Amino acid sequence: MTTVYDDVGDQAAGDVPMRRIAFTINGARKIAEVEPRLLLAHLIRRGVGLTGTHMGCDTTNCGACTVLVDGKPIKSCTMLAVQADGHEITTVEGLASASELHPLQEGFRAEHGLQCGFCTPGMMLAAKALLDVNPDPTEEDVRWALSGNLCRCTGYQNIVKSVLWAAAKLRSQSAG
Amino acid sequence: MYPSRFRYEAPRSLEEAIRLLHEGGDEAKIMAGGQSLVPLMKLRFASPELIVDINNVPGLDYHRADPDGTLRVGALCRHADLERSDLLKQAQPTMAAAAPLIADPLVRNRGTLVGSLCHADPQGDWASVVVALGGSVVARGPGGRRAIPAAEFVTGPFENALAHDEIAVEAVIPAPVGTRSGGYLKLERRVGDFATVGVAVALETSDGSVTRAGIALTGVGGSTIAATQAAAALMGGPLTPESIERAAEAAAEAAQPRSDHRGSAEYKRHMVRTFVVRLLSRDGASVGKAA
Ligand SMILES: Cc1cc2nc3c(=O)[nH]c(=O)nc-3n(C[C@H](O)[C@H](O)[C@H](O)COP(=O)(O)OP(=O)(O)OC[C@H]3O[C@@H](n4cnc5c(N)ncnc54)[C@H](O)[C@@H]3O)c2cc1C
Ligand code: FES
Ligand code: FES
Repeated sequence: MTTVYDDVGDQAAGDVPMRRIAFTINGARKIAEVEPRLLLAHLIRRGVGLTGTHMGCDTTNCGACTVLVDGKPIKSCTMLAVQADGHEITTVEGLASASELHPLQEGFRAEHGLQCGFCTPGMMLAAKALLDVNPDPTEEDVRWALSGNLCRCTGYQNIVKSVLWAAAKLRSQSAG
Repeated sequence: MYPSRFRYEAPRSLEEAIRLLHEGGDEAKIMAGGQSLVPLMKLRFASPELIVDINNVPGLDYHRADPDGTLRVGALCRHADLERSDLLKQAQPTMAAAAPLIADPLVRNRGTLVGSLCHADPQGDWASVVVALGGSVVARGPGGRRAIPAAEFVTGPFENALAHDEIAVEAVIPAPVGTRSGGYLKLERRVGDFATVGVAVALETSDGSVTRAGIALTGVGGSTIAATQAAAALMGGPLTPESIERAAEAAAEAAQPRSDHRGSAEYKRHMVRTFVVRLLSRDGASVGKAA
């Protein structure tokens, strides 16, 4: 896979030292040549072409760029792409299967958990990490787990409800 | 935003990391969690030529107690590991109270306690906690290992006592002699924000008498403040309303707050006093919640 960079105006493109990395994204194994300063968010959006991972603040404050690395939610604008070498990444595109939405996605639809939708991928991934370890969270648990993800639209109420909806659905699936 | 260009090395041993730092000179920097360094590099406030990423060095992600109760926190132990730690909940009330108050859950999954000490942000919470507990930082360099008391490790805002080719390998909290109590209180504008004011209290008591006391302040000066006079006011007797009052007064005096968008100097000083009283009045209750 070839990565194309923006011209950032302070260097010739030819003498960039590249590093080869191997990683898994949403189950697919990839190899990429990356410049060390490329951020993981850039690799995902431009390199792999998965644009569900959003860049909001670009200053480590908003959580819009949240992805899972080895199952843990992190801010992909604040991790180097080279650091993904040998690791497993999950983005919002990895939630649904070919035929079905993930219960979190259904929950956000059912409970109106989004308005503009910009924060939603990050919210769902932070929520997934919570539900993976705590299938029956309280409202407080959900609020705590999402406290690194900002939403400018919803006021959070429906986001929390969406996650609780998804938790209930996942529990009923695993019970049945 | 992109950082400016740098060379990147991800060594698989401490020896190699130290060699790379040594050869890299002043322009080389360690990367641990990257949660302070990457934002600074993106804003071009930091432009190291060489990044030595220690995330691939095995065996640094521990936190464990020695048989005598000495706690060791490795350089890759993340804030989140400490937040979830049963060991801390049982034996380290000040640390257990602070861990969930550092940044937000996403930052906590990558950022490290040792990296926070190295970063030496006057608003960093861990430095106050470790100073209050009388802890130290173990550094390794080409010349071997040395332990640096936390109170001397932070030498100023964003400055630490490490030589350019030294790595902080662990933070060490000494074993308690008496019964340990204490806590951490942090005033923040919203969840995940840096402290407007933070106060760490660490006590040890034997037979109802205070045998060790540490109080340190976050966000109310050019760097972490060890409120030694305040701690001294508690020593040698039981906690009484009078001794608590003296300690709170001395801590407020030790604070050097400045008025800014987070609050006036007067308000911050008042909050230092309030937090000291609150932490001590519940006799070192181990629960800590954002104020
Ligand atoms: C949105 C946001 C909110 C935050 N809120 C808080 C908060 O409320 N309270 C708080 O205390 N912190 C807060 N932080 C900072 C966070 O705790 C960082 O994780 C911490 O300051 C640095 O740890 P790190 O492992 O990420 O270090 P890095 O970013 O990797 O490194 C920081 C500095 O320390 C040096 N360094 C790191 N490790 C070592 C080592 N082992 N040996 C030698 N040098 C080393 C690096 O070279 C660099 O100069 C926040 C950060 C963000 C992005
Ligand atoms: S874009 Fe990464 S935290 Fe805002
Ligand atoms: S729905 Fe718009 S930011 Fe959350």
